[in-house]
Amino acid sequence: MENTNTLPTVTPQQLFFKRWTTTIMVALGIIAITIWQYMLDPQATEAVLASTVRSSTPLVLGALCGLMGERSGVINIGIEGQMLMGAFIGFLANVWTGNLLFSVFAAVFSGAIMGLLLAYMSVTLKMDQIIGGTVINILALGLTGYFYQVGLTTDGKMQSISLGFLADIPIIGPALFNNPPITYATFVLVFLIHYILFHTKWGLRSRSVGEHPRAADTLGVNVFKVRYINVIAGGAIAGLAGAFLTLEAVGSFERAMTNGRGFVALAVMIFGKFTPFGAWGAALLFGFANAIQTQLQFADIQVPHQFIGMFPYILTIIVLSGFVGRTHIPAADGVPYEKE
Amino acid sequence: MTEKIQKEENLALEVRHVTKRFPGVIANDDVSFSLKKGEIHALLGENGAGKSTLMNVVYGLYAQDEGEFLIDNKVVEINGPSDAINYGIGMVHQHFMLVPVFTVAENMILGSEVTKGTSLDLRRAKKEILEISEAYGLKVDPDALVENLPVGVQQRVEILKALYRNANILVLDEPTAVLTPQEAEDLFDVMRELTQKGVSIIFITHKLKEILNVADRVTVMRRGKVVGHTKPSETDAQGLATMMVGRDVLLQVEKTPAKPKEVVLEVNHLKINDERDIEVVKNVSFNVRAGEILGIAGIQGNGQTELIEALTGLRDAKSGEIHLSGEIIPFEKPRYLVEHGMGHVPEDRHKHGLVLAYNLADNTVLNTYYQKPFASKMMVRNDQAVLSNAIELIKRFDVRSPGAHVAAGTLSGGNQQKVIVAREFSRPLKVLIANQPTRGLDVGSIEYIHKEIIKMRDDGVGVIVISAELDEILSLSDRIAIMFRGEIVTIIDAESATREQLGLWMAGANPEMA
Repeated sequence: MENTNTLPTVTPQQLFFKRWTTTIMVALGIIAITIWQYMLDPQATEAVLASTVRSSTPLVLGALCGLMGERSGVINIGIEGQMLMGAFIGFLANVWTGNLLFSVFAAVFSGAIMGLLLAYMSVTLKMDQIIGGTVINILALGLTGYFYQVGLTTDGKMQSISLGFLADIPIIGPALFNNPPITYATFVLVFLIHYILFHTKWGLRSRSVGEHPRAADTLGVNVFKVRYINVIAGGAIAGLAGAFLTLEAVGSFERAMTNGRGFVALAVMIFGKFTPFGAWGAALLFGFANAIQTQLQFADIQVPHQFIGMFPYILTIIVLSGFVGRTHIPAADGVPYEKE
Repeated sequence: MTEKIQKEENLALEVRHVTKRFPGVIANDDVSFSLKKGEIHALLGENGAGKSTLMNVVYGLYAQDEGEFLIDNKVVEINGPSDAINYGIGMVHQHFMLVPVFTVAENMILGSEVTKGTSLDLRRAKKEILEISEAYGLKVDPDALVENLPVGVQQRVEILKALYRNANILVLDEPTAVLTPQEAEDLFDVMRELTQKGVSIIFITHKLKEILNVADRVTVMRRGKVVGHTKPSETDAQGLATMMVGRDVLLQVEKTPAKPKEVVLEVNHLKINDERDIEVVKNVSFNVRAGEILGIAGIQGNGQTELIEALTGLRDAKSGEIHLSGEIIPFEKPRYLVEHGMGHVPEDRHKHGLVLAYNLADNTVLNTYYQKPFASKMMVRNDQAVLSNAIELIKRFDVRSPGAHVAAGTLSGGNQQKVIVAREFSRPLKVLIANQPTRGLDVGSIEYIHKEIIKMRDDGVGVIVISAELDEILSLSDRIAIMFRGEIVTIIDAESATREQLGLWMAGANPEMA
C-alpha cells in the first residue's frame, strides 16, 4: 500500500506523446519513403498503396472485432473462425441468390451468430476464453470444410466505386477513394467505433466492464448484457471481414482461406493499443509491408524471393518487440464475471 | 429538544427480519435494525459477522432469502443496485469500486451518464461534479486519473459518487481500513458534516474507538445475528468489545516491565534505495536487545517497509550493515536468516505470509520444509511429520479451521494471521519482526496475537513491532523509534511517550524543539 500525498501526475498531453511518439515517427517515415518513391515511379507506388489498403482491410475489421470484445473484458481469439464462417456463408448466399447485398448481410449475420456462441461460452458458461475461441476456430474450419463443394461459381464480386474527383488526388487518391463498398465501410467503422468507445454512454460502460466489472455492476450497469452485445457486434464485424474476402477481394471460397488473418488481426489490435485508430495504423503498416514485398518480388533484385517474402514477418517481430512499448490491457480482460 | 424527538420518529431505512443464506452458511439470520434520518449508525461486529453481507443485500448486490426493507416508512423492493440508487442509497465499498484508468469525472458519471445527443457531455458532468464537491467541501479534480490519486482522495471520489446520485443514505463499509489516522479523522469530519446536510450514514467497522468517536447509535452483530443495540453514551470500549465477541476481552495489553539482556540485532548506518532509485532509508542505526520490544512508529511510506524488507532478507541495501547476534548478515538471503533465528510476520499476509492455495500443513513448513523432520536426507517429504506438526500448531495457536487439509485462502484474516504466527513463533527465535501484526483483525484476534508477542519477549526474544496504529505501538513497546522520511527521528522509552507527542514527531516535528 503506497501512501504519499505527492504522487506524480501526468498531463494528458504528456501521456499522449508518451503513447504515440513512435507511432507518429513510423508513420512519418513511411510517408517520406512513399513520396520519394512516387517521384521515381508513380505507377508502382500507387499500386503499392492500393494493395496496402486492400490487404489491410480484413485486418482492420478483425482487429475491430477483437477490441470490441476485449475492451469489455472478453478475449476473442476466435476472430479467424468468425471471419471464415462469414466468408463461407456470404459465398454460399451469393451462389444461391446472386444478390451481393443480401450475401453481405448473410455473412455479417453468420459472424454475429458465432459471436453469440462465443459470448454464451465465455459470459454465461464462464468457460476459459482461450478454449472458447479455439472452439470457434475449429468449428468454423470443420463446418466450412465439410460443407464446401468444389466447383461452385458466382456471378461476380463487388466492384470499385470511384468517388469522382477525390480519386484523382495524386498518390493517395486511387488508394483511398477508388474502392469497393466494404473497404469504404471499413473506413467508416473505424471512426464509428472510435466514437462509440470513447464518446458515448455505451462506450464508457463497455470500457468500465472491461476494467472493473464489479464497479460497473454496483452502479447498475448490466455486465452480462454489455459483454454479450459487444461480442456479438464484434462477431458481426468479423463476418464483414469474411464477406470482404469472398465477395469483394477474391470472389470465391477456398478451404481455410482466411489463412491466419484472424490471428494477425489480434497482433494488429495489440499493436494498435486496443484503439480503433491504432489498429487502423497498425493494419496499414502490415498491409504496406505485404505490398512492398509483392512489389519487390517483381523487381530485379539478386535476393532469393523467400527472403523478400519474409519482410512483413520480420517487420512484425521488430515492431512488436521493440516499438510498441507498454500497452494497457483491459484489467478484467479474460476474466468471467461472477455476481456473488 | 423538540427537534430531536421529531428525528426519533423519522426513519430513513428500516431492515426487517432479513435472512441471507449462502451454501453451507447463514450469513444473516433474522437481522433487523433501523436508521434514523441524519444519524451515524455504526454496525459493529467481528470479521465474518455478516455486516458487509447485510449491506450488500440492502444495496441490491445480493438478494435476500427472507425479510423486507422500508425506506421512508414504505416497503420497497430492491432487486439490484439501480433500485438501491433510485431509493437514494449509496455505498462506499471496502475495496473501492473505481475504474483506475478512468478519470474522476468518468468514474462519477458511469451508470448515470449525462449526454448531449448521443455523446457524453463531460463538460456538463465536470461542472456538476465541481458544484457538488463545493457544496460538501470535498475537493477533487474531475480530470485526474483515479490510479494517480492517494487512497484518501479515492475514497472522497467514492463518497462524491454516491452524493452525485443524490444519495441520502450512505453506507460506508470499513472506510478507515485503508486510511492513516489523520485521514480517518478527516473522514469523520466529513461524516459529521454530511449528517448536518441531512444524509444518514451506516458506518460498518470493527474498531471500537471510532464508534465511540463518531457514531450516534450502534447495532452489534455476531455470527450473522444482531446481538444488541446501544449508544456510545451508554457504554464504553470494554462494553462494546464484550458485546461483539461474546465474552470479556482484554483491550489493554498486560505485561510486566521488560528485562532486556544482550543486544541481538544491531543496525548500523543502513541506507536503502527503492525501485525508483530514491533513497528511502537514510542512515538508520539502532539495536534491539533480547527480551525487549522495540516499536517502530511512523506514517506509512516513510521507509519502514523497505527497512523491514532489508532486515528480513527481501531487499538489498545500498550501504550499512546488520548484525544478528554478533554476526554480519548477508542481504537478500532469507534462508540464512531463517536458519539463524529470525522470525518474520510480514506486512501483507497474502503476498508474503502464506501461499493461499496451499493447505495449512504446507503453509506451516514454508520455510522449514527441507529440514528434519519434515524431509529426509534424500529430500523426500515426510508427510506424516508435516501433518502432525500442523495439527499440533493448530491446536496450540487456536486456529479455527476444519483441519490441516484446508487451503489457507479459505480462512478468515484473523485465522490466516494465526497460521503465520504459529509458523514463525514455533521456531527457535532470537529476533522476531512483526510488521502490522494485527492489521484488519478483530479485537478477539488482536488480543490473542498481542499476548503471544509479549510471551515471545518474556522468553528472551528481541522483538520489533511496526504498526500504523499508534495504540498498538504504545501498548506493546518497551522502546519506541519514530521514523520520518527515511530517518529515525528519535528513540524513546515507551513509559514516557504520549500519543500527542508521537503524532507530532511522526508528522515531522523536531524532537530537540520539544
